[in-house]
Amino acid sequence: MQTTFLGKTLHTPLVLASGVLGNNKAILERVWENGCGLPTMKSIGPAPREGHKNPTVIDLGNGMINAVGLPSPGYLNMEEEWQELSGRAFPVNASIYGGSVDEFVRVAEFVSAQGPDFIELNISCPNSDKHGMIFGVNAQSSHEVVAAVKKVIHVPLIAKLTPAAPDIAGIAKACEDAGADAICAINTAGPGMVIDIESRCPVLAFKKGGLSGPMIKPIAVRCVYDIFRSVSIPIIGLGGISTGKDAIEIIMAGATLVGIGTAVRYRGINVFDKVNKEINDWLTAHDTTMEEIRGAAHREAL
Amino acid sequence: MITQLMPAMVKVADKEVHSPEFATLYVNQAIDFKPGQFVMVWIPGVDEKPYTISHHSPDRFGITVEAKGVFSKKAVCLGPGDKIGIRGPFGNGFNMGIDHKRVAVVAGGCGMAPLAPLVEAFQTDNGPEILLIQGARSKSFLLYPDRFTAKVEICTDDGSKGYKGFVTDILVQKIKDLSAACAPDFDMVYACGPEIMMAKVFDICEAHGIPCQVSLERYMRCGFGVCGACVCGHAVVCKDGPVFGSKALRTMADFNTRALLKTGKPVPLNEYATWRCQ
Repeated sequence: MQTTFLGKTLHTPLVLASGVLGNNKAILERVWENGCGLPTMKSIGPAPREGHKNPTVIDLGNGMINAVGLPSPGYLNMEEEWQELSGRAFPVNASIYGGSVDEFVRVAEFVSAQGPDFIELNISCPNSDKHGMIFGVNAQSSHEVVAAVKKVIHVPLIAKLTPAAPDIAGIAKACEDAGADAICAINTAGPGMVIDIESRCPVLAFKKGGLSGPMIKPIAVRCVYDIFRSVSIPIIGLGGISTGKDAIEIIMAGATLVGIGTAVRYRGINVFDKVNKEINDWLTAHDTTMEEIRGAAHREAL
Repeated sequence: MITQLMPAMVKVADKEVHSPEFATLYVNQAIDFKPGQFVMVWIPGVDEKPYTISHHSPDRFGITVEAKGVFSKKAVCLGPGDKIGIRGPFGNGFNMGIDHKRVAVVAGGCGMAPLAPLVEAFQTDNGPEILLIQGARSKSFLLYPDRFTAKVEICTDDGSKGYKGFVTDILVQKIKDLSAACAPDFDMVYACGPEIMMAKVFDICEAHGIPCQVSLERYMRCGFGVCGACVCGHAVVCKDGPVFGSKALRTMADFNTRALLKTGKPVPLNEYATWRCQ
């Protein structure tokens, strides 16, 4: 199911969501070998950051809540990883974050020079008070950070958005106007909270955390649907995608590529191969193609 | 009920103090468990860490804690009535095989904890002949003396008990002895301890064509193979492991060389160990 995305050929239309597994070259490669067309690295930040204390990730059964807290060696401390990645046979999406436009620019400029295939701006993480989501909930600040980063990088720019934005379609349009080459939606929803009633404590050390997995899929589908109507750049649709039918659904909402994250928990690392097969089987059974169904939910009902 | 989902708050029922460094906390709850698996232990307001189950019976289990860092120093001070959160068990556990006739179990320091339920599970009428090789820095660091009916060979770094030297010296000698006696080799060698010790055990086993399984340790967050904090080369330690067999070890890039800090930065194992003990 070879797919072309922003001029690059991907062996499948599936993307590994940022923050899931992507901590070294070997695991990114393994994910790619298991049917992921575009593995995404863990978000790279402006300085070394440990993330939050545990508990950071809890499986709620129908999805997860997490506040890992953007751990990163810091963009200047990753020579070993970039060196290993330089000889890679697979494409890589480098997710980055910052606490200000300047920090985003500094990280983006440096990372762009290390040769990733794409740069994804994480303006949507709910798990830090200073980074991420504060940009992505406002059209003006989203425009500002995308425009500034676009000037200093030499690879396509993907803006990753949060469903916490009051008008995600408006944010997407602002990103497109600022020069974004694609939109990735959605980051985790919420934030939410779970409290252990015996100890009377929020379970996550950061207290609140982003929701992911099957419980948020309808939010993701709605967001992609809204974004598709407001922009003409391609969309990576993700949020609770676990099966081929889930993927078909978000493609019908308008996604070009489909991201998978939490489903690794429920179906293993080979979830990518499984979903690819399920997409193919569905398309074959319905005698149709990815291109034909993309955005199909926007057309007049048959 | 203890599951892999939200932590279940349970009471510590008993505590057994082994030495100033080691204590075992017991919980009177059933847990579906296989030797070598682990649970995430949460002390609200402090942290949550992975611990192997070191004692197991149908309605009770125990975890052995070594006072090393902030969390474990708090944990060894817990006592009957204190509550802890448990989720799990996670990981694959040891593969006990089906018709092993003779196995060696090689334990270094607190590496005895995951191996202890394995030794007990093998100690049945139809079980294999077990040779337990147990080593530690010194006598007081030798966990669970007199717990097993299996044959035990003891060694310490300082010679305060048993042979003065390393578990790997004894393993090599025992393999030679079997060979000299024209007796069949070990069908499997199980090991847990410092990674350098496990790497040595692996090398010895490879040289003699004996399969082995070792249990690795890495900094963990989710415990179920999603967050990537514990990756070791292409392997996800919490989900694919923590127990890895010879075949996986042969191609595991970071085995005995690197581990990730909490930031995700890969560092040499000695630097990682220094950080983990802070």
